[in-house]
Amino acid sequence: MIDILKIAARNLLRYKRRTLLTALLITVGLVAVLLFIAVAGSFKSMMVAQFTDSMVGHLQVHRRGYVGAMESLPVDRNMRPRMLVKLYETLDAADGIEAWSPRVKLMAMFSNFANTTSIRLNGIDPQRELATVPLVANRVLEGGQLTPLVERGKIQVPELIAKGMKVSVGDTVVLVATNKKGSVNGMTFLVQGILESISGPGGRDGYIHIDDARKLLRIDDEEVEAEVLARHGYVTLAPEPAEPDALKRRDSLKASDPLKAEDPLRSDDPVKPAPRSSDPADEELDLDAMLAGIVPGPPERAGHLSETRALFTDRGWGSPAEVSEIAIRLKRPETQETVLAALESQVADLKNRRGLSIFQLHPWERFVPFSKIAKMIDMMTLFIRIILISVVLISIMNVLVMAVYERIREIGTMSAIGTQPGAVLALFLSEGFLLGLVGTLVGIVISLGAVWVLNSVTLTFSFGRQENLVLVPTIAAGDVVTTALLTILVAVFASLQPAWKASRMDPITALRHV
Amino acid sequence: MNLVRAEGLRKDYQVGETVVPAIRGVDFAIASGSFVCFVGPSGSGKTTLLNMIGCLDRPSGGRLSVLDTQVEQLDRRRAAAFRGEHIGFVFQDFNLIPVLTAYENVEYPLIMVQKWSAPARRERVRSLLAAAGIAEQADKRPDQLSGGQKQRVAVARALVTNPKLVLADEPTANLDHETAYRIIDLMRRLRDEFGTSFVFSTHDPKIMGEAEVTFELEDGRLHQGGEGVAA
Repeated sequence: MIDILKIAARNLLRYKRRTLLTALLITVGLVAVLLFIAVAGSFKSMMVAQFTDSMVGHLQVHRRGYVGAMESLPVDRNMRPRMLVKLYETLDAADGIEAWSPRVKLMAMFSNFANTTSIRLNGIDPQRELATVPLVANRVLEGGQLTPLVERGKIQVPELIAKGMKVSVGDTVVLVATNKKGSVNGMTFLVQGILESISGPGGRDGYIHIDDARKLLRIDDEEVEAEVLARHGYVTLAPEPAEPDALKRRDSLKASDPLKAEDPLRSDDPVKPAPRSSDPADEELDLDAMLAGIVPGPPERAGHLSETRALFTDRGWGSPAEVSEIAIRLKRPETQETVLAALESQVADLKNRRGLSIFQLHPWERFVPFSKIAKMIDMMTLFIRIILISVVLISIMNVLVMAVYERIREIGTMSAIGTQPGAVLALFLSEGFLLGLVGTLVGIVISLGAVWVLNSVTLTFSFGRQENLVLVPTIAAGDVVTTALLTILVAVFASLQPAWKASRMDPITALRHV
Repeated sequence: MNLVRAEGLRKDYQVGETVVPAIRGVDFAIASGSFVCFVGPSGSGKTTLLNMIGCLDRPSGGRLSVLDTQVEQLDRRRAAAFRGEHIGFVFQDFNLIPVLTAYENVEYPLIMVQKWSAPARRERVRSLLAAAGIAEQADKRPDQLSGGQKQRVAVARALVTNPKLVLADEPTANLDHETAYRIIDLMRRLRDEFGTSFVFSTHDPKIMGEAEVTFELEDGRLHQGGEGVAA
């Protein structure tokens, strides 16, 4: 085979013009594809990073049903502390996660004492938020203070609202919000900074401290089950009582059968209690039932709130209170699918009444319309690759068909002196392979050089309201290898038909060819 | 011992709906180590006969044995292997590969057909080029060689695999008279040196006289009824 490759190389070298022309076609096609991948890919990566690193994170966790109603930022579908312990533990233990940030999202009225408008707000833990979406710091236009991103009692106002309401840094504004029970609450805030508005979800949201958001919505701290606290060493459980602890059973996250979870202590009550939900997410306080004495009151009745607070504080989880969403930043974004699947399986045992997981985990693409553009870029890359394949296929096929035609007598001679059809086939396939190889190698060198040049001259572009974004074209080694292998493979494939034709040629007919 | 034996050998060509007989049932035998010539005018069937002896074409009827192998029973692959092992070819138009040097042309069958090692190839090719008197033209390509030199390269290439039989179809047709004689002389000398049988065809009566045995073909039939005329 080495000898055949040598002969093929020699043939290509001797038919210089034809070889150069074909290799050039392959090279040009490959360079075009690799440059497109580099530029489009870096544009895509950069835009994706703009969304994931400044707003969305790579993954988000919500309570089931929240995302469907996300547009109105519902405050009655938050995740509650009893759900969060398992989730927070899982997030802390996960290998691929760099940081995560809990958020309380709400819709509020924003007033400068003269005018009022609506505003979407993110209640955030400043440290966690900066660790999860570090580029958010770049969006602070005025104020300059990035650490902490937002202090208690202060607000980062989105640019458009600041302009429309003529609000500046240091001004006092009022936020009014309605909580899940319909209660309206208002608080004054000092404007800490003006936040650049960017395209995408949350790009026009304001930021306040998560504790302020909870205060505004009158979200209280809640205790978690004694078993959870005991597992972490915050309480000591009494020995197993003769009668089951009805209260704790009701609080259990895993009360599997709602029909069997009726309160045994009150089984003789004339009014039957409502079946307990197996879904902690469904355990909203039923005020009527509480007043009737059918169900117990808020969880703090068990008296473990201080231990719960200690657990959350010690673990760095903030207050044991509701959270609307959790944004997650991954160490390596390319592991998104794997981490998502792993997290889903780890928290899958927390289910609602319908047997579905309480939590819903979504990748960033779910929330960012740009993901469709990103998919289009991927599609365009695919089409460009197909065009390259076609160019290589047609040019090699054309050249080798011509080569076979021009070399019919040579093929006849080869056959006459005893060359096996397989060897003739191998020779022409080798020529196709070498053409592909040479064209590809030259193409890779030129492409890498062109990418280097593109990086030397600063390429900028605008996207939405963002201007002077610097493009940094890069080609992943995987893309180079894939495209190169594909090109070589196509070159061999293209030479298959002419090679086959040559190998099947009748020697007498070939020898007579003029 | 007979190198080639034909009995009732026929070859018909289908031209449209007409069957055109090219060889009409000939019988002949060629002894090993002989220097044989088939003569006849154009269209007499010389090339067809050589093609069948060279296993390039299959008989339509009769029997043809070359080195005790029945040619009509060989399929495409076995025929190619048989040619590569036992038969060398010299063509009227030389059929040298234009992009290869004289050396590379002679070396070609040793790479593509018989898979010789590089040192063995080098030695064999050089000895053949020297024997054919073209050692000094080893690095020249066909377009840099004269007609006689090209045919010497072709003869060297035919002999390089050490075949039992070399078939030369009109090897002198494209050469001037003097060069033609030199080529025939070379072939005879190489026959003597290597013991290889040479069977060639010609329509030139003067060249015909150089053969040890001559078969005369006309309209696909042998004149002497298969008994060659000894010189």
